Amino acid sequence: MSIEVRQINKRFGDFVALDDINLDIQTGELLALLGPSGCGKTTLLRIIAGLETPDRGSILFHGEDATDTHVRERQVGFVFQHYALFRHMTVFENVAFGLRVRPKHTRPTDAAIKQKVHTLLELVQLDWLADRYPAQLSGGQRQRIALARALAVEPRVLLLDEPFGALDTKVRKELRRWLRRLHDEMHITSVFVTHDQEEALEVADRVVVMNKGRIEQTGTPEQVYDQPATPFVYQFLGDVNLFHSRVHEGWAEVGGTRFAAPEAGDKAVIYVRPHEIDIQRIATDKALAGVITHVRLLGATVRLEVNVAAGDPVEVELTRERYTEGRWSVGEAVWLSPREARVYAG
Amino acid sequence: MTIDRPAGLDIDSTATPARLTLSGRLDAEHCAALWPRARAALAQGSVVDASAVDYCDGTGAALLFDLIQRGGQVQGLPERFAPLLAELEPERPLTVPRRPTPPRLIARVGLFAAEVGREAHAAISFIGEATAAGFAVLRQPGQLRLGETLRVATSAGADALPIVALIAFLLGVILAFQSAVPMRQFGAELFVANLVGLSLVRELAPLMTAVLLAGRTGAAFAAEIGTMKVNQEIDALVTMGLDPMRFLVLPRLVAVACTVPLLTLFAELIGMFGAALVLIGFGIPMATSASQIMDFVDMSDYLTGLFKSFVFGLGIAGIGCMRGLQTGSGARAVGASATSADVRAIVMLVVADGLFAVAFYYLDW
Repeated sequence: MSIEVRQINKRFGDFVALDDINLDIQTGELLALLGPSGCGKTTLLRIIAGLETPDRGSILFHGEDATDTHVRERQVGFVFQHYALFRHMTVFENVAFGLRVRPKHTRPTDAAIKQKVHTLLELVQLDWLADRYPAQLSGGQRQRIALARALAVEPRVLLLDEPFGALDTKVRKELRRWLRRLHDEMHITSVFVTHDQEEALEVADRVVVMNKGRIEQTGTPEQVYDQPATPFVYQFLGDVNLFHSRVHEGWAEVGGTRFAAPEAGDKAVIYVRPHEIDIQRIATDKALAGVITHVRLLGATVRLEVNVAAGDPVEVELTRERYTEGRWSVGEAVWLSPREARVYAG
Repeated sequence: MTIDRPAGLDIDSTATPARLTLSGRLDAEHCAALWPRARAALAQGSVVDASAVDYCDGTGAALLFDLIQRGGQVQGLPERFAPLLAELEPERPLTVPRRPTPPRLIARVGLFAAEVGREAHAAISFIGEATAAGFAVLRQPGQLRLGETLRVATSAGADALPIVALIAFLLGVILAFQSAVPMRQFGAELFVANLVGLSLVRELAPLMTAVLLAGRTGAAFAAEIGTMKVNQEIDALVTMGLDPMRFLVLPRLVAVACTVPLLTLFAELIGMFGAALVLIGFGIPMATSASQIMDFVDMSDYLTGLFKSFVFGLGIAGIGCMRGLQTGSGARAVGASATSADVRAIVMLVVADGLFAVAFYYLDW
């Protein structure tokens, strides 16, 4: 089912949570709402679910206005960050709950419910936990049960609010791959909220980057990463080094390297990712002189912090091999030259 | 090993701005003495030479921090003490947040009125929703969750029997004793049974039961529902198409409204029994006490007492559930809800009891 979000506005007191949001979500797609905390992504999700009402604007489900439709009739499955499992019920009862409480004429028979719950528990690979209570489960297991519970009512839309936010990194990675596979099998229109750019880029078909109640960019993971529409998107999707420069005849400069500048303005801000900087010991006039002040090992990569004469320290990322080859050490004078950069009017 | 010198401060006032030299042990014992002098001598841009410092603890770091904040430049602090100072982030201006001025009287009255208005609005919409849910269930009695209702009735009613019995018994005993002593002066011990019986039935048993209930059950409802709210279980229910009013609130209201009159009746009997026991000590047999009470306290007294306790029960359960549903976020919010449910329920009891007293007086019941 497709969802259309039309000019949604929401305020909490003086705080503008959502400012004129427009968004189309296609049938069967997995969409990520990505942004820093407080950017309004959860509020948007809750408005789509019907848990919150917008001040203005409308939500269309399959082309029909659902703004005033009660949550009950929207048929959404919602997965919460902190699972929200019913503590006094077993795993089986939790998953069966949504079916058990249906009015008599739409309620499946007990046998059908049992069958369905077991199918779902198999789907989330936790069939053997049916008789346990939520408190006896690990975080990852709980979240999978919560997902099974949300799927039990055969929702038309699946909404996930930071589903992996409370889990540790390893479980999180495992679960997001699993979620992707699950989505490929079921093809249910899904929207999930996250503040983790890696998660959004890895799992989603499309990513919506939000900031301060507005949508900064919408696109496939490749699009938002390779062609960030705004400096915010560029910064949010990875580490960056920032250089300020004057614009001369349409060129901005870092060290001596020139980059084409946008038309407007005579000042530019240049963003360079740490892994897009070359480091060498030989001085050239196209490079930026500096001194290595810190070396940080981050597993497969190494981060060097280089103090340069003008501006903030620059971070340079090298692979482990390049680092060992170069034998870089703290205190050494080096020259930096950016290979790639993005230039925005400053 | 070198013996540490006590802290010293040399001020070179020939330089402009003055140059300060700190030396020796900068610790809690010695810093206090030189602090005011250092402060007085320091001018904007003064250089503070700390290279002769042998020892520096938290107090010393605080002194350096203070001097830096006042515009001094600390130089030559030995490497081993640098982290201690760095921890304090001396370069960041220390901003002491100004205490918000309390609003003026008129503003306070306005804020209070707005708060009362919000509360009233919330209470009215809660009562409205609960009534609507109640009527929906009356039309289709199958919609009431019977299992949940019985569970709540057990915990709010049956489980409360021991404590209600204890309080009611003591209440009867105390009332009988306190009134029997002066009554004996007039030879009227016999009428103590009438007095205790009537006050228990009309006033004290409903009120004491309700107070116990407010502490035991009202707060528990607020905590139960509040925890569900904080854990987003209520949101989960709503997305599954369940109305928390019908699903959580109504069973509690029904259970409490049904069990409280029964509890009250039980309290009345136990209280009278306690009073009768005391009266045996004054030479009045139990049978006599019983017949006195039966002659004097009539059906309308019982019914008004039970009606009152029914209303009290509904009020307590309603306040508990409402507070639970209004719980904010965070674990502390649950505690706040439970406390406020308890306090409000007791205030409600006293006010309602007063209103009942006036109403019954004019109705001549």
